[in-house]
Amino acid sequence: MTSTLNPRFSFDTFVVGAANRLAVTAGSTVAENPGSAYNPLFIYSGSGLGKTHLLMAIGHAAKTLAPKLNIEYLTLDEYVEAFHAAIAAGQGDVFRRRFQNVDALLVDDVQFLTNRKEMQAELLRLTEALQQAGHQIVLASDRPPAEIADLDERLISRFSGGLVVDMGVPDYETRVAILRRKAEERGTSFQPGVLEAVAKIAFPNVRELMGALNRIVAYQAVNDTPINAEAARQVLGVSGSGEQGAGSSAPTEAPGRASGADEFSQFLSDVTVTVGKAVEAWRARVAEAVLRWEGEGYRTARLEKLLDQDTPAAVDEAIAAYVQDVERLKALEAEVTALDPQTAGGKVFHDPDRLEEAEAAAATVREGAAPPPAPSAAFPLDGYASGPSNEVAVKAARAVIAAPGKKYNPLVLVGRSGLGKTHLLNAIGIELAKKKGAVVACLSTQAFVDELIAAIDGNRVNWWRARYRRATALLLDDIHLLAGKERTQEELFNLFNQFLDADRQLVFTAPAHPNTLAGLEERIASRLEGGLVAEIGEPDRELRRAALEPLLKQHRVPADPALRDYLADRPTDSVRSLTGLVQRVVEAAAAQDSPVSAGLAREVLEGAPAARRTTGLRTSGIVVSSAGGVRSREKMVWDWPSPADRVIEELR
Amino acid sequence: MSLVNFTTREITCKIVYYGPGRSGKTTNLHYVYGRVPETRRGRMVSLATQTDRTLFFDFLPIDLGQISGFTTRFQLYTVPGQVYYNATRRLVLQGSDGVVFVGDSQARQLDENLESLQNLQSNLLEHGVDVRAMPLVMQYNKQDLPRELILTQPELDDALNFRGVPSFAADALHGTGVFETLKSISELVLKRLAAGSPA
Repeated sequence: MTSTLNPRFSFDTFVVGAANRLAVTAGSTVAENPGSAYNPLFIYSGSGLGKTHLLMAIGHAAKTLAPKLNIEYLTLDEYVEAFHAAIAAGQGDVFRRRFQNVDALLVDDVQFLTNRKEMQAELLRLTEALQQAGHQIVLASDRPPAEIADLDERLISRFSGGLVVDMGVPDYETRVAILRRKAEERGTSFQPGVLEAVAKIAFPNVRELMGALNRIVAYQAVNDTPINAEAARQVLGVSGSGEQGAGSSAPTEAPGRASGADEFSQFLSDVTVTVGKAVEAWRARVAEAVLRWEGEGYRTARLEKLLDQDTPAAVDEAIAAYVQDVERLKALEAEVTALDPQTAGGKVFHDPDRLEEAEAAAATVREGAAPPPAPSAAFPLDGYASGPSNEVAVKAARAVIAAPGKKYNPLVLVGRSGLGKTHLLNAIGIELAKKKGAVVACLSTQAFVDELIAAIDGNRVNWWRARYRRATALLLDDIHLLAGKERTQEELFNLFNQFLDADRQLVFTAPAHPNTLAGLEERIASRLEGGLVAEIGEPDRELRRAALEPLLKQHRVPADPALRDYLADRPTDSVRSLTGLVQRVVEAAAAQDSPVSAGLAREVLEGAPAARRTTGLRTSGIVVSSAGGVRSREKMVWDWPSPADRVIEELR
Repeated sequence: MSLVNFTTREITCKIVYYGPGRSGKTTNLHYVYGRVPETRRGRMVSLATQTDRTLFFDFLPIDLGQISGFTTRFQLYTVPGQVYYNATRRLVLQGSDGVVFVGDSQARQLDENLESLQNLQSNLLEHGVDVRAMPLVMQYNKQDLPRELILTQPELDDALNFRGVPSFAADALHGTGVFETLKSISELVLKRLAAGSPA
């Protein structure tokens, strides 16, 4: 059905001149890179100027460069004929498929599309399909697309979207070159000046020029004598030395130099090639970026959109922005993976167009992965006084610190308020947190419950869980506050099991033995009992003495065994109240501007002797009470005006 | 100045012919003007003194038509060569995409060439442009003069072309080397566009 490519019509046999240089350059570019340079390439010229030759030359060159390419050359009439035949045979689809698989389609005589609506639609569809598949289309016509009568607007814009080049009538020099080449091909030689004389005749196209050459070749063959210039003109029916048309001006140029117009055309065609490369270079860059990032598993829809556009603005910026987004995604993914391996590999981290979602997802993970509340640094283990009453608890704590999760798990510190449970809990936490890679969650049960409620409220229970699951130790103060908090107990139960399974330390404090706490579920209470329940009793004298030392030091009270003994002997039920005692004594001493002593302490704590007031004569009259309030004689109103006077006063 | 405008599909190249006075910059433009088809060229603007020296500048717009869908225009400018028109030279240089240095091949003009070359460099610097970053070609004009008066292209290359940019021996009056020069500078300018740095 399709014409075969005529081997005589190649680039080698095509005589290039100013009038067709652009078209030839474009043609060879297309042959070298089918589908990527100018697509479609639309060549138009008057009849007989080499359209068909150029089309076939493109086909040959492409085939030579890539023998596997499927190249179809056909005239529009052949295309129409084939289409009609296929339709008649009910094989329309086969026909379409056949042309859609062509790597380079060369269609000649496109001007015959006039008045063929159905063929125009068919060709439009084919053009679109081929362009999308990156296959080359080269069209030839005797007029530019816009001048083909009755041509579909869409086809016009499609044809014009690639490169539209024309081939003009060859100039004098080109004509001479063509004549010489053809004469040589025929093995005929002429006297000098003959071909030049023929070339001076302005034939409208190369075909007629060939006809002229044929005539003088024939004439010379018939006559034995070589034909001369004058005879040639006569043979061709041109009298005298009269020259016609455009050719006349050319020979006036200085010999050895190309004509002026040629110089510009040459320049134009060179610039065209350079521009073509430059302008199309962006496509190459985009495609390269698409390939690269697709290979790395990122969605490249945004870049592909660029390729669909004819003239995207600021391609490099777009690519740079894309790369930047990808880098950001990479960073986010790495961060998230480190925090929570489960969220890694999410699609959202591979689509730069969903960067915001990825940021949000990462933020969620990050928040969830934010370290859970840490133990308070205000309760160091060093500052914890120990004595017989809390010996068990302190020893257990040291064991836990030495081997977290191994020995006593869970450890439950039991004791009344103010006995130092919280201090010990935090002290354990601080020590545990010193270990490498340790994440210690240490907080009050109330804060634990509040966090869970906030998480439920914010629909973020998962990150809340994740946050605590990352911890290597969980220390909860005042576990009895869990009473009645079913959901928290549920969560704690799960957490509990996970920690136990993973040998991670759990420490709790409670005011009483877990199984006596009301409102605590049996399963939790029994688990708490399953570890070590260490009681902290009321501080004994030894512990009080031990506790007093840092307390007094803290208030910069000089060491005074009598004072220490006196204070240690005071009956106090907790370290907290002991702290209160010291506080009162120290404040009283400061108020009286006297050193802290056992006597003063006794005075403050057991009731003041009468002499107290007199000793205060040196003072300014301001007496600071142990409660810290201010009472000043001068500031007291002793005589209130009678109520009646006050009313009158106000009425005025 | 935007070399390539993707939204309006335009490519505009501003090329400045630079060089010492009487080296043939305007002659270059005249030759190009004479070879460009009438439909392709705009009016050549030339402000010359009574003695035909360029007073302000010459300007020749060339329309190369649609290339790869881009309306491509070249704007060729010359600067006045005389030393005392430096302000004008600087003005003309502003926003240029490429520079053709038209040198005078006469041996006795060598110093003027060097001076002008230095002037070009300093004027570009005033615009914050490094001469090394600017597409530049050298044209050694007046190669048609008697041999004893002129320096040859290798000699001039040695003296002037220390950056190793493309250089051309030319005879602007008769056109030798004019389009070669223009083509070379165009390629350099357009290649910069291909390199992805639309200024």
